[in-house]
Amino acid sequence: MLKLHRFHGGLHLDGHKTESLGRGLQQASIPERLFLPLRQHIGEYNKPLVEVGNRVLKGHMIAANSSLICAAVHAPTSGTVSAIEDYPVAHPSGQPDTCIVIDVDGKDEAVEPTLIDPRQLTANEMIELICRAGIVGLGGAAFPTSPKLSRGKANGIDTLIINGVECEPYITCDDILMRHYAAEVLRGTGYLQQILQPTSTLISIEDNKPEAIAEISNALAQTPLANTEIIPIPTIYPSGGEKQLIQILTGKEVPHGQLAFDIGLFCQNVGTCVAIARALERDEPLISRVVTISGDNISEPGNWEVRLGTPISHLIELAGGYSHAPGGHLVMGGPMMGFSLSGAEVPIVKASNSIMVMREETIPHTPGYHDECIRCSKCTEVCPAQLLPQQLYWHARAQAWERTQEFHLFDCIECGCCSAVCPSQIPLVQYYRAAKSEIRAAQKAQFKSDRARVRFEFREKRLLLKKQKDEERRRLKREALQKKRAAPGTGEPAPDPVQAALERVKARKKSAQEESQ
Amino acid sequence: MTSVIVSSPYLPPGNTLKRLMIQVIIALLPGTLAYAWHFGHGVIINIVIAVLFALAFEAGILKLRAKPVMPHLTDFSAVVAAWLFALCLPMHSPWWLVLVGIGFTMVAGKHLYGGLGFNPFNPAMVGYVVLLISFPREMTTWYLPASVSGETLSLTDALHYALGNVDIGRWDALSSATPLDQVKTAIGQSISISEIRSSPVFGEFGGKGWEWIAFWWFIGGLWLLLTRTIRWHIPVALLGGVLGMALLFYLLNPEIYASPLFHLLSGAVVIGAFFIATDPVTAATTDMGRVVYGLLIGLLIYVIRVWGGYPDGVAFAVLLANMCVPLIDYYTQPRVYGEK
Amino acid sequence: MILAILTISLMAGLFGLILGYAAIRFKVEGNPVVERIDALLPQTQCGQCTYPGCRPYAEAIANGEAPINQCPPGGQATIAALASLLDTEVLELNAEHGDHLDVPLVAVIDEQTCIGCTLCIQACPVDAILGASKHMHTVIAEECTGCKLCLPPCPVDCIDMIPSQQTIDDWKWSAPPDPMELVQDA
Repeated sequence: MLKLHRFHGGLHLDGHKTESLGRGLQQASIPERLFLPLRQHIGEYNKPLVEVGNRVLKGHMIAANSSLICAAVHAPTSGTVSAIEDYPVAHPSGQPDTCIVIDVDGKDEAVEPTLIDPRQLTANEMIELICRAGIVGLGGAAFPTSPKLSRGKANGIDTLIINGVECEPYITCDDILMRHYAAEVLRGTGYLQQILQPTSTLISIEDNKPEAIAEISNALAQTPLANTEIIPIPTIYPSGGEKQLIQILTGKEVPHGQLAFDIGLFCQNVGTCVAIARALERDEPLISRVVTISGDNISEPGNWEVRLGTPISHLIELAGGYSHAPGGHLVMGGPMMGFSLSGAEVPIVKASNSIMVMREETIPHTPGYHDECIRCSKCTEVCPAQLLPQQLYWHARAQAWERTQEFHLFDCIECGCCSAVCPSQIPLVQYYRAAKSEIRAAQKAQFKSDRARVRFEFREKRLLLKKQKDEERRRLKREALQKKRAAPGTGEPAPDPVQAALERVKARKKSAQEESQ
Repeated sequence: MTSVIVSSPYLPPGNTLKRLMIQVIIALLPGTLAYAWHFGHGVIINIVIAVLFALAFEAGILKLRAKPVMPHLTDFSAVVAAWLFALCLPMHSPWWLVLVGIGFTMVAGKHLYGGLGFNPFNPAMVGYVVLLISFPREMTTWYLPASVSGETLSLTDALHYALGNVDIGRWDALSSATPLDQVKTAIGQSISISEIRSSPVFGEFGGKGWEWIAFWWFIGGLWLLLTRTIRWHIPVALLGGVLGMALLFYLLNPEIYASPLFHLLSGAVVIGAFFIATDPVTAATTDMGRVVYGLLIGLLIYVIRVWGGYPDGVAFAVLLANMCVPLIDYYTQPRVYGEK
Repeated sequence: MILAILTISLMAGLFGLILGYAAIRFKVEGNPVVERIDALLPQTQCGQCTYPGCRPYAEAIANGEAPINQCPPGGQATIAALASLLDTEVLELNAEHGDHLDVPLVAVIDEQTCIGCTLCIQACPVDAILGASKHMHTVIAEECTGCKLCLPPCPVDCIDMIPSQQTIDDWKWSAPPDPMELVQDA
């Protein structure tokens, strides 16, 4: 039996999970138009591979980029590309971004798949297929999976951790996925084992999901995997965070500046495992995902398997519409780490694990009154990263960016535990997010100004060089001219032609004067 | 859609300042009632006057600072500060003494620094210390508990005393120095501890009546720990500090150094440990820092009591430790995740 | 008495020798403070501070001739950084020299009007304009610092300043309103 450890802090939150578990996994219908943002991952933008007017089939790659970070976008169904333009996307800024708009033709015709037995493939071939399938981490971070696998394989992995924890309230998509697709989760795990060759595999599930634990256990019993254990862990937020989960399962801490695969650990979400299985077995790229729709303003909360690019309004309709007046927050993610969306037209993307539809009374739009910090340090008690949120708050408020970095601002995982316990209701996480934004912008500006200085100094040097060359050229020319003008043989300096001309003019003037008199 | 972006977490309000303060008030009730039981209505009158004046001062200052009045008044922080302050005063103090003290507490101890959360010094202690130094006679006029003198003042008499109409005849019979004060004076006169302890004002452990009140402060403190309103670091460190020092010197010479139990149950040690030193605004903020802070206060209490000029050193110890808090916080930062 | 005088004189001589040696051996060429000040300035080379470039302004600050609040492109953040470096008071940006813009401006050439005279190319302090005589000129937006030095020389007035393109990656979280400013809803 694996000995579990604990991470510092953490909170016991009201789960609010039962609301969306009652209806199992439902298949969402495809809306009339799909909106696929060009970037649905952490990394560079993709470039569109199609033009307006092209007909695309389901699974057709419609956007990709050339750099190593691969997370291509594929058409979730067949249809015609009707536009490539700015459209509201899921981003806390509420700003639009470039999307490929597909008018769905209803036939759901797919690209002819190439079926290979994944067990015959080498690790690099599997990574290549995962890359082409555009698979990113479906736990919420959307980091492209294939470069992570390449790095992990290169470093060597001891323990593969499959993350079925899902610690945030309201979100149940991983729970439902594990109940309905347990076999695929395990097959995906098997392929990961094939690539990474870990010594042991731990499938970690929070103990508030007994049905999921049972389903995965049954599936494991039927198709066993080597050195694989299912580890139920105590329910506490944020035990699903990669760093915290690693600490719970292994007692190790990921050192500063390093990632999990630098210490021989590899973490992957259960949803990503299913996507990997589908990509390798059926040649099916990432074109759909399970999304929880929940909250206190939706009539029928539940879990839906949705094609990417579906506007949230369509999902709200499927879930029975608003239960009270619309107009409150639409949150992508959970109540602790999610962000507010600009409107219901925003499409579902790879990172959308949950949509919360909330009433205005529950979460008002304008920041309310709150008290001052009373230095009670409850925030310090609950911080899973063992930071001093109070100090970060004081310095972020004073805009002393260097001091915030001395207190390890960028180690903050923005889990929201500190804001949740603050008796003065201070929006701590917003201060940290603002501070991080400012510091990143300042770094960008510094980079730009350094570049400008280099260009300016080079220009100065170039002009100086040009001036010196010009002067040198003039000097040589003058010398050559002097030599030419010197009368040959006499060695005397030749008469200055300018002087001679002037004397001629003077003489002419004089004679003209004499004549007129 | 929105002009001001509100970030997560999106949760209904959980813990609030008001809830915190109410827990403190609940914890103060047993001790306050025990106080009134042993010493009469005076303490209740003091608390009422102090709370009313505190709210008045706070409202006045907030108006002057052009800030919203109701939200600050209803968070009960002024009520708690006034209550703690009133408990430090002699029970039949005149009303103007309470007024001056609470004025200093609210204005000089809290609002001049910027209001709640910004004051470096414990406001109740600031007010108390100002009174102690400015009005030594009034501040050292304490009264005997009912169990010793046999009577307490009725409500009307207590009100008379509060208004300043002291009945000299009765006053003589009822007033006395605190047990701590008596011990200090007697030790100065080279009377041994055992002789001092035989005086009728002393009960089993500490002063009669006072030891029971200390017990009920302890119960209140346990309530605060149970409801997670305070954490264990400061009370344990403070009591440990006093206990450690007292034990050390008691073992060296039991006749000139009072027993550890006496020190723990006399004066403001217990209320200081659970209610005064744990004031979050002025205490250290890191766990290790809180232990150091508590130990420092415990040490200072004993030093001031035995070798200093005042019979009880809690207020001064707290204020001195408040001064050290930024330094303590700086040097006791905990290890961050991922650091060696 | 004599001994005391001798001892002090000897010590004075000894320390004088040490200092003299240190002054020669550890001499720093140039004024390094100027480099550090220059590193904090935004390198727009716009001249709004009344000095012909960022380096002359940095030198002026180092010599105490100029206050630190004359750089509008740097804004309050640069003033704060300079104050921290030089251990002086943080001043308000001197509005006489211009306003700080949150979104910087970049120059853009109207290609219909451009006559290819190269006067703007010669004026640009960071060589951000591409072009040659009688050929089309164009501003490289990423390198343009918004200094506006290309506007006066242009004989056909074909250069405009527009806000630089802000992508979704340039968006910043706004800090919550200061609690001192918050008032409870009625």
